[in-house]
Amino acid sequence: MTMPATTITAEGQSPESMAGETLWRGAFKRLRRNPMAIIGASIMAVFVLVAVFAPLLAPYEPASTQWTELSTYNYVQGSSAEHPLGIDRWGSDMLTQLIYGARQSLVIGVVSTLIGLVAGAALGVLAGGLGGRVDTVVMRFVDILLSIPSLLLAISIAAAMGTTGFALMIAIGAAQIPIFARLLRASMLSQSRSDYVLAAGALGLKRKTIVMGHVLPNSLGPTLVQATLNLATAIIEVAALSYLGLGNDEAAVAEWGRMIVSGQDRFEIAPWLAFYPGIAIAITALGFTLLGEAMREVLDPKQRR
Amino acid sequence: MLRFVVRRLGLMVPTLFGLSVLLFFWVRVLPGDPCRSLLGQRATPEGIARCNEVYGFDKPILEQYVTYVGALMRGDFGSSIDLHEPVLDAFLNKLPATIEVSAVALLFAIVLGVPLGYYAGRHQGGWWDTTIVSGSLLGVTIPVFFLAILLKYLFARQLGLLPTQGRQDARLDVEHPTNFYVLDGIITGNFDAFWDASLHLILPGLALGTIPLAIIVRITRASVSEVVHEDYVRTAEAKGLTSGTINRRHVLRNALLPVVTTIGLQLGLLLSGAVLTETVFNIDGVGQYLYAAIGVRDYPVLQGFILFIALMYSVINLLVDLSYGLIDPRVRAS
Repeated sequence: MTMPATTITAEGQSPESMAGETLWRGAFKRLRRNPMAIIGASIMAVFVLVAVFAPLLAPYEPASTQWTELSTYNYVQGSSAEHPLGIDRWGSDMLTQLIYGARQSLVIGVVSTLIGLVAGAALGVLAGGLGGRVDTVVMRFVDILLSIPSLLLAISIAAAMGTTGFALMIAIGAAQIPIFARLLRASMLSQSRSDYVLAAGALGLKRKTIVMGHVLPNSLGPTLVQATLNLATAIIEVAALSYLGLGNDEAAVAEWGRMIVSGQDRFEIAPWLAFYPGIAIAITALGFTLLGEAMREVLDPKQRR
Repeated sequence: MLRFVVRRLGLMVPTLFGLSVLLFFWVRVLPGDPCRSLLGQRATPEGIARCNEVYGFDKPILEQYVTYVGALMRGDFGSSIDLHEPVLDAFLNKLPATIEVSAVALLFAIVLGVPLGYYAGRHQGGWWDTTIVSGSLLGVTIPVFFLAILLKYLFARQLGLLPTQGRQDARLDVEHPTNFYVLDGIITGNFDAFWDASLHLILPGLALGTIPLAIIVRITRASVSEVVHEDYVRTAEAKGLTSGTINRRHVLRNALLPVVTTIGLQLGLLLSGAVLTETVFNIDGVGQYLYAAIGVRDYPVLQGFILFIALMYSVINLLVDLSYGLIDPRVRAS
């Protein structure tokens, strides 16, 4: 549900570099000294590695159901030597399911954030770069998308499109469009008033060159921060939509949200079925949030001393 | 002031109208056949054709749209396909439950969040500050429905302390003149009903209030820590005012503006979070009704409810903007 972080504004994003050091290099240097960033990046790295190397890491095949007495209606076996995290209610190894679930969550999270980023950024650049009537039309459209909470927007799209992975990504991506559109537009507007843009204009550069070559690259910082924060939101929203029955029915392997759903009615006899995936979502989202917050801090010129 | 309100209300009309258009076309243009989802995978072609005919989905889309807008203008938001009741009636019927839970959630978030954020902001870098900030980060990353499930089993099933299902014990003999169960208990003078309804609100309120709590803590902290470095705070200190006066009159009051904005924004989150929380705690509110409508792809309900929520959301945001005037005299002047 949620927006783990406030939308950031482009204010104070200064284009000029520090003496002898580019903005990015300086930011990266400060990032490495920031404990929040290190913890966040480590969590993120583990998550991505697990997702990418799932087949190598998982002790069993995904969804390898073995009907045994280990998983019945009122008993599910917990941690054991063969199954360190226990088994799920269909007799599959819990650790394996979690590892493959990471893959699902990562793919859906990244793709949907990319959809939101590309579409939102395009709208923002269009509005901020062209201004005038285009700006009015685009921003009215964004206002419409903003007139309902983002999870409800995702719900309404997912409900209309049906339960496929593609629908899920479009729904969550579309819910992010207004955030990126407003961010980019505000960023472009504040940039276009700055001296270096005036200078570029005075030099006779074309408007398109100024926008693409100067204004846009300088708006990238806040956008990148927002994208990192939105990855956390996306992963939580995927789980929420799954919980509401709007997840991906077709996937052979469940993502974490669906694991919680299928585990919750066994909570009393086997709490780990819902607990592990829930904690996995929280930790992963925390990783992205920490990194995003740390990035925002180091890119803030007020912090640069 | 009046002009501002009128202008904002004026902007709301095209936005909501645009939303109704978008919702309408989403349902019809996007892949996925409403009748197929409605009737399930084993529906016969005849059944689907008949369903399309009944709901007018077989007509040209523009004609459908004109019918839809015409009905909207008359205040007719359609009827639920599944339960055959008017969408507006259903919404108004379910709203009190959602408002009750949201109010408890918001109260919890503000009462706990503002002091915690204030304390953390005044004692930055300290041990408590670190704990509060870490806690608030965790608060925004834990999925609401997961937290709700955990609370439900921990506090209720394991410890047996609080009710986890519904809004009131069904065995109580109570009347519901307003559908706000807590209020009904007070009006009818039935203390048991009041108390029981209140107990039922605690866990859903906690679950729903966690994210707003975390966000309010963070905004209050950031705002306070910025304000304490302002010149007027230093001046107040130099004047020899007591720290209590400085904190109340200078720090808190100035730090509150972004907090009020944030609280307003949280109301939107509460409305969407209600879908998840009400489902877990089986509360018969807007969220659970919407959840049921999703399950059977009840499009009139989805369209109508989302439109009503958007309307409430816009009105709330307007009220938040108006409340600035109460806190900040500069806004009042302009």
